[in-house]
Amino acid sequence: MINLNVNQKAYQVDADPNMPLLWVIRDIIGLTGTKYGCGVAQCGACVVHLNGEAVRSCVTKVSRAEGQKIVTIEGLSKDNNHPAQVAWNEENVPQCGYCHSGQIMSAAVLLREKPNPTDEDIDSAMAGNICRCGTYLRIRKAIHLAAELQRKESASK
Amino acid sequence: MSTSNVSRRNFLRAAGLTGTALCLGFYFPSNAKNSQIVAADGAAAADIELNAWIRIDTDGKVTIFNHRAEMGQGSYQSVPQIIAEELEVDLKDVNIVFAQGNQDKYGSQITGGSSTIRGSYKNLLKLSATARLMLITAAAAKWNVPVTECYAQSGNVIHRPSGKKYHYGELVVDASKLETPKNIILKKRSEYKLVGKPLHRQDTPLKTNGAAIFGLDKRLPGMLYATVERNPRLRGKVKSFDDIATRKIPGVTDVFKVQMDVFNTTREGVAVVANSTWAAIQGKKALRVEWDDTGFEHVNTADIYKRQHQELATKEGLSFKKQGDPDGIIKNAKKTLDVIYQTPYQSHSCMEPVNCIAHYQKDKLEIWGPIQAPDWVQEYLSKQLGFPKEKVFVNMTFLGGGFGRKAFLDYPHEATMISKKIGAPVQVVWTREDDATQGPYRPGMSYRAQGVIANGEISAVKFRMAGQNHNHFMGGKKDVANDSTAEGFLPPYFETIKNISFSDVPFETPVPTMWWRSVYASTNGFAYESFMDELAHEAGKDPLAFRRQYLKDERSQRLIDKMEEVSGWKNRKKNEGYGVAITECFSSTVAQVVKVSRKADGKVKIDHVWAVMDCGWYVNPDIIKAQVEGSVVMALGAATIHEITFKDGLVEQNNFYDYKMPRIADIPPIDVYIMENDADAGGVGEPGLPAFAPALTNAIFDLTSKRIRKLPFDMALV
Repeated sequence: MINLNVNQKAYQVDADPNMPLLWVIRDIIGLTGTKYGCGVAQCGACVVHLNGEAVRSCVTKVSRAEGQKIVTIEGLSKDNNHPAQVAWNEENVPQCGYCHSGQIMSAAVLLREKPNPTDEDIDSAMAGNICRCGTYLRIRKAIHLAAELQRKESASK
Repeated sequence: MSTSNVSRRNFLRAAGLTGTALCLGFYFPSNAKNSQIVAADGAAAADIELNAWIRIDTDGKVTIFNHRAEMGQGSYQSVPQIIAEELEVDLKDVNIVFAQGNQDKYGSQITGGSSTIRGSYKNLLKLSATARLMLITAAAAKWNVPVTECYAQSGNVIHRPSGKKYHYGELVVDASKLETPKNIILKKRSEYKLVGKPLHRQDTPLKTNGAAIFGLDKRLPGMLYATVERNPRLRGKVKSFDDIATRKIPGVTDVFKVQMDVFNTTREGVAVVANSTWAAIQGKKALRVEWDDTGFEHVNTADIYKRQHQELATKEGLSFKKQGDPDGIIKNAKKTLDVIYQTPYQSHSCMEPVNCIAHYQKDKLEIWGPIQAPDWVQEYLSKQLGFPKEKVFVNMTFLGGGFGRKAFLDYPHEATMISKKIGAPVQVVWTREDDATQGPYRPGMSYRAQGVIANGEISAVKFRMAGQNHNHFMGGKKDVANDSTAEGFLPPYFETIKNISFSDVPFETPVPTMWWRSVYASTNGFAYESFMDELAHEAGKDPLAFRRQYLKDERSQRLIDKMEEVSGWKNRKKNEGYGVAITECFSSTVAQVVKVSRKADGKVKIDHVWAVMDCGWYVNPDIIKAQVEGSVVMALGAATIHEITFKDGLVEQNNFYDYKMPRIADIPPIDVYIMENDADAGGVGEPGLPAFAPALTNAIFDLTSKRIRKLPFDMALV
């Protein structure tokens, strides 16, 4: 049995310790917001937060995540109201939508580390996330908007 | 009791129609050209199989049965936006349900050819306006006032003089008993409150919090997972396999040979069934399979193009269209431009790899998956299994991209065969490598273009194409030209270019091919619009002015005006390369201008892309802009990176490390404009793609005098 903490909830899972976290989250825990895109850390559809860092769950063994804090897209905010989620809605970013769990999870880490990201910061933080529908320009716009929303949020606190 | 009665009653019951809702649909009488609108009760009395599209319940909620797939193109938003407009309801009161596959009920459901809106908007408008009038009529009768004193707004009928109102929910029972009115008057475009507005998509919230259910996310009770090691040469059979290591993997429950129909051929593979996706993937890796690859050609990419070029050098091909005497003019011309263009095989590479759930039971089959053509799947599988159609339930999920790949029948067929064998519901997951190496692909094409310029004018043009014809896989005749031979080429050119011909030089390989976003226009457009540019330079004319000269119709002229205005074409500077291309695709025309320049590091970079879309009547301008932006990005990859290559019959690309996708830093600014006119609606999801590649290579020619005739090309080497 492996003890996992996903979105502040404790799980005990019976899984091969080598099974990537992606498949444990999807097939055993049953949270399907985290996506399979390539299986080899190329596309970013599977990005989750492990202790606040963006990791590719398709190549992260579940044993490495044992007892640590895992956050998936389902747990990023209570009500779809993380600044990145709000901005993604505002800028109509998704088309098919499949990659955007991973895009938003990558963007959330960037927004925490660099609350005022430049285009170059965005290019480098988002370089690992593919969008086949080609929504990249809107992703960039949404991240700038999310930064602005985040600043307003902290100013009002 | 006939079968159709049973199915209709089942349907009416399933739709909750027990006299407590207004349910309207339309159907196509067998002997009439136009659709007829009918209420559920009327349909039952007249023994009509109803196309149920909208239902209004006693609580006033509206349910739309969306018959088309949502794969990113926005039907989940645009179809309700049309219905809410004429029905006079708020979008928030509209609920969308993906309809199951049923061609008898919905007509063709194939989400392809950018047809969702252009194929159905007139019916959707009429249907919604009919429902509104019935609700108004029911209210007027209750109040005993003239219908003309009543109007509808935000899901209510209001009596203008008194201000009295009824909520739609209070009227549906009465309305459902009315005759469906004829002679519906639709709103004018100037009266629209929703159509034509850039409203937010209703599926976006689901796609930002992980709630949207794609094919891979669907779960059924007792469902198992499967992967399949399929023949890597796409046509071969399994000779033998060793599954000892596979069966040792914890979670693997079954291993067996499986067959999958790929058009008229059978591909064999070995299925690994397990209790998790991971175990199924591990089990597949541990398999040792010996293949029988006899009886078909093992292709090599270089040979394919060599053969295409040889055929184009020596054969006239099957004539598709010819006017005047281009051959005579070319024969007697002092100088003829005579060039070859070449475009690669490509993979669809949807972000959601191909997958499908099948649950085969003794007397019925249930399918769940990212499916573009549910009605087609239903019909095909019912034939394969000998089940009546109403026992084959095909359910669409959200699609994580489709681009033509998910309009194919192979993967639902294979999932069905696996479920049948194990007697349980199963989700068959294609790995990214399966998705990349198994096809079907966009076909690699070669084009020969010949042209004569005399006194600065086009005197003759002759196009020949050589490449695989999808229709042949679907049983199409081989002695007729590909019906898409001139796809992408602007029809108004035929008015001004008096001597022109198109022909298709038949070309076959064993590689399965399938529609790929914008289909043949995606490759034709490169050849035809590059050649227009070459002709313009030969004539010594400005490429945009040259197109203006040969596209004399009003719509093209307005489009060119707009392009000229937004791109600053006339004010371009010395060290800037500007290229233009204009293509037609699925009844929409798109012009693009690409601007390039050479940077300090010596490399040519795309500075800007301007696109102008003329799709006639439209629903949501923001979705249209998004589709064109996305088409440009897909076209950028297609023009400068992507190629599926074959060596001894094996595909050489596997995953995103060797079939690389454009990334965020690679995308130039893209500005999209939409033309305003009252022409019939054209397509939106695909027409933005074909013009990009030729606009880019024409721009590079403008900057460097280097003509690129073969895709993909490496921007770093320009």
